[in-house]
Amino acid sequence: MDSRVLMAHGSGGLMSQQLVDEVFRSIWSNQYLDAALDGAQMTLPPGKVAMSTDSFVITPIFFPGGDIGKLSICGTVNDLVACGAKPMYMSVGLIVEEGFLLSDLRKIAESMAKTAAEAGIQIVTGDTKVVERGSADGIFINTTGIGVINEGTEYTPQQIKAGDYIIATGNIGDHGLSILAQREGLQFSTPVISDCAPMYQLGEALLGFPGGVRCMRDPTRGGLATVLNELAQQSGLGMLVKEKSIPVSSVVKGACDMLGMDPLYMANEGKMVVVVGPDCIEEIMLKIKTVSNCHNAAIIGQVAEEPAGMVLIETELGAQRILGMLEGEHLPRIC
Amino acid sequence: MSSQPEYLSRLLDEIVKEEREIALMEVCGTHTMAIAKSGLRALLPHNLKLLSGPGCPVCVTAQGDIDAVIELAQKPGVIMVTFGDMMRVPGTTSSLQEARSQGADIRVAYSPLDALAIAQRNPDKEVVFLGIGFETTAPAVAICADQARVQGLSNFSVFSLHKVVPPALEVIFSMPDMKIDGLICPGHVSVVIGLEPYIKLVEEYHRPCVVTGFETQDILEGIYMLIKQIRQGEAKAEIQYQRVVKSAGNPVAQQILEEVFQPSDARWRGIGNIPESGLEFRPEYQAFDARKRFNIADREDIPIKGCACGEVLTGKITPQDCALFGRACTPLKPIGPCMVSHEGACAAYYRYSPPTPSKKG
Repeated sequence: MDSRVLMAHGSGGLMSQQLVDEVFRSIWSNQYLDAALDGAQMTLPPGKVAMSTDSFVITPIFFPGGDIGKLSICGTVNDLVACGAKPMYMSVGLIVEEGFLLSDLRKIAESMAKTAAEAGIQIVTGDTKVVERGSADGIFINTTGIGVINEGTEYTPQQIKAGDYIIATGNIGDHGLSILAQREGLQFSTPVISDCAPMYQLGEALLGFPGGVRCMRDPTRGGLATVLNELAQQSGLGMLVKEKSIPVSSVVKGACDMLGMDPLYMANEGKMVVVVGPDCIEEIMLKIKTVSNCHNAAIIGQVAEEPAGMVLIETELGAQRILGMLEGEHLPRIC
Repeated sequence: MSSQPEYLSRLLDEIVKEEREIALMEVCGTHTMAIAKSGLRALLPHNLKLLSGPGCPVCVTAQGDIDAVIELAQKPGVIMVTFGDMMRVPGTTSSLQEARSQGADIRVAYSPLDALAIAQRNPDKEVVFLGIGFETTAPAVAICADQARVQGLSNFSVFSLHKVVPPALEVIFSMPDMKIDGLICPGHVSVVIGLEPYIKLVEEYHRPCVVTGFETQDILEGIYMLIKQIRQGEAKAEIQYQRVVKSAGNPVAQQILEEVFQPSDARWRGIGNIPESGLEFRPEYQAFDARKRFNIADREDIPIKGCACGEVLTGKITPQDCALFGRACTPLKPIGPCMVSHEGACAAYYRYSPPTPSKKG
């Protein structure tokens, strides 16, 4: 029989130690974690530091294209990348439900190790708690990451100016639909794979354009439409995008039509919205397209003075309408 | 052959040329949403009006019926299974969403078959599927009831709020202040019912009806077909959505509907009782009728002060004409169901309104 996580694994005693040693420390091993101190002690290079935290409660835990472990690394790494930072160190907090399969826990830890190594970030400290059956949905993970920002890099909405271009680095909505399909047992002729990926390569590729890149943001929960609205509100400028320029795969488009959902509000876990000044837009687009998961990148619109704080989308008929924020839960329709 | 964008703009040019005052009703909520998303209204001249109709099943669900459903969902041992759209629809004092937060076991499903599976997994619970929708969704529910009967599943029932479209259109066409010159008819419904009901409607009321698909191109073609008929003084029932809809509809779906359900009176929000516009279980299937099984009495509809959903659903006003629209009633805090449903006219106008001032028209 498969071994499972017991309440005793969270007791702080011998069994806790065993779990940490056998699962986490052996899989994530690095000099900081191996030192086994109450807190990791590192030296950071000079300069500004970016710090970001995110919690992951996804169901299902394993999905096409990833799992909660990979997602928990990508989410925080991508937030750091969006700040213009090189991801460096990370903490991991796990809340595990009693009865969770140890083999699954190991799989998740391995997936985290692999993704962290890819993204060049080290897990330097962690914590595990076990809660009674029914008090959590399998496993919840929190990650907090630190990265160092290159001198001269400042990605903030305040840098955005009228005339700037808005880029989406690839197809929109894949993660959201993949999770929905898996959760609800929906099958499509072409399987939908989550785009879950760390975007560190994109971050590195854009380091050569410190003034050209104004701002970057990862369109996770709430999707592209929500990020565009945030950027419009925070910059006090208008965002004008074209429906036909936004890259969406035909499977995602078809499935969303059928389910009454809008890909522009679906979550993405391996995409960025990048706002770029007009001077080096061509160079930057070429550079972005060389990044492995950004071949489909597209200029989806432009920034304008008006309407301040709002997002407008041009439909295929050439009409303009407001692209608003998501209200409440994104629920499917009925016919 | 011209490219699609060129074809779309040619169609639009033909439509925009029309100088007569014409009001068309898009019966179906999916059309309302598609039209709003495409921004089409802003491109039409003032003399061409598109009015929303009663074809959003969530929106036409009577408030008293929602109250009855919530009462049932709160009974111990009941699992209520519903399409997601119904969760936020306000009853008189509460919604299914609120009932769930207070402990009722209410689950969102994408298909009535999910409810059947839940019933199989939970033999000690009563699983009730909230049957909402028109001729499009009702056949799947009929199949579930039939399967439950074959499997001898005794803990499954359906709270049927199903409705059929043609009687509501007759009511609208009979209204004395009716100003509708033609109907953009729902493509999905006609996949099941075909063209027959519209032929009767056209004979009686002499207004053109075109069964239309849901892509922007479909909608423009449907509108153009209606305008052409109006220009020529004709009134015919036609199908634009030929790639999907057959004149005879789907006889298999019609048959299962006929076997399991029979017509009944039904209350439509904002319109009132419409004879023969609902679907209730035939006597052979009464064991699956949740209202009878749990002895749920009809609830009164207490009008919501100021809410004009009824006028919106019958094409008498557009959502912006309602005093609550966008002020007291928004998608975050909806007062009427037209603001809740993904396909509700008010939600469509609110979400996809053009920037002011609009570009044209």
